[in-house]
Amino acid sequence: MSSSLSEAEKTRLLEDLREKVDKAEKSVVIEIDKSMVRRFAQAIEDPNPLWQDEEYAKRTGSGGILVPPEFFCTSMMSGGGCRPEVPLPYDRILDGGGDWEFLLPVEAGDTITSSSKLVELREKQGKSGKMLFLTFETLHKNQRNELVAKSRGVTINLE
Amino acid sequence: MAEQLYWEDVQEGTEVTPLSKIATTEMLVRWATAGLDFNPLHYEDANAKSQGQAGVIVHGQLKRAWLVQLMTDWIGEQGALKRLSCSFRGTDTPRGMAMIGIPKEGETWWCKGSVNKKYTEGTDHLVECEIWVENGQGTKTTPGSAVAILPSKG
Repeated sequence: MSSSLSEAEKTRLLEDLREKVDKAEKSVVIEIDKSMVRRFAQAIEDPNPLWQDEEYAKRTGSGGILVPPEFFCTSMMSGGGCRPEVPLPYDRILDGGGDWEFLLPVEAGDTITSSSKLVELREKQGKSGKMLFLTFETLHKNQRNELVAKSRGVTINLE
Repeated sequence: MAEQLYWEDVQEGTEVTPLSKIATTEMLVRWATAGLDFNPLHYEDANAKSQGQAGVIVHGQLKRAWLVQLMTDWIGEQGALKRLSCSFRGTDTPRGMAMIGIPKEGETWWCKGSVNKKYTEGTDHLVECEIWVENGQGTKTTPGSAVAILPSKG
C-alpha cells in the first residue's frame, strides 16, 4: 500500500471528490462474445446450458447462448473498469455491495454500452476513522439502445 | 435442469432450493480473468495482509454471482430474475489447492433463501425472496434480497 497521505492532502482530495458527485461519468463499450460467456459460466461453476450450449439456448427463442444476469455484476461490466476515476483520500477500499436490476434478456453477440456515474457520496465517522460511501449508478444499453440492466454499486473508502 | 417452478407452487416461507459452492484460490483466479477484476487482495497474500486481512479473500462480486445462480437455478428457464441486491457483511477465505484442479479439505459455502412475499403486478406473477451466502460455520456473510417473475398456471 502507498503510505498514508498528510491531513492536508486528504482534505484536498475529499473536497475534489465532493465536486465530482453527479459530474464524474464514464462509458465503456463491450462486445459480448460466446467464449467470454462460457469462460465466465465455467469460472463460477454455473452449469446451466442456457449460458453454454448454443443449440439448447436457441430452443428458448434466443438467437444464441444467453448471458447470465450475474455477468453484469462483474468488474468488467459494472465495477472498477467501468467507473469514472475519482480522487480517494484514504488507503482502504472495500466493495459495499449494491443493487442490480435485470430488464431485458442479453445474448452473446450483443454489444453493451455501460455508462457509470458517481451519484452519491455519504461521509461517516467510523470507530477507526472516517468512512466514505460512494454510490455509482451504471446503465447498460444494447446495440438497439434498449436499457437491459441497471445497477447501483457502493464503494467504501476507509481511513 | 430441475422441473419448472410455477408461481402457484410457492408460498411465503417456501425455501429456495439451496446451492452449495466451494470457493478455491483457483476459482478466484478464474473469476478474476473472466470478469476482469485484478485487485491483488484476491490473489496475493502479502497484499491482502497489508489491507488488514489474514490472507486473500473471496471477491464480494463472486458471492453475488453465486446468489444470482441460486435464483436462476430455482426460477428455471421460464422465470425471469428482475432484481438482486446484497451486501458484504463478512469476509470469506477460499480453500487452497492440493494439486491442479483438486481443492484442499475445508469449508463449503451454501447459498440459501426463502420467499418473503408473493404478489402480482399487472400481468406479472412475482416473488420476493430473502437470500444469503453462509459459510461453513453457518454465518451469513452475504445477505441480500431478490425479486423474480415466475410463470403462472393461470
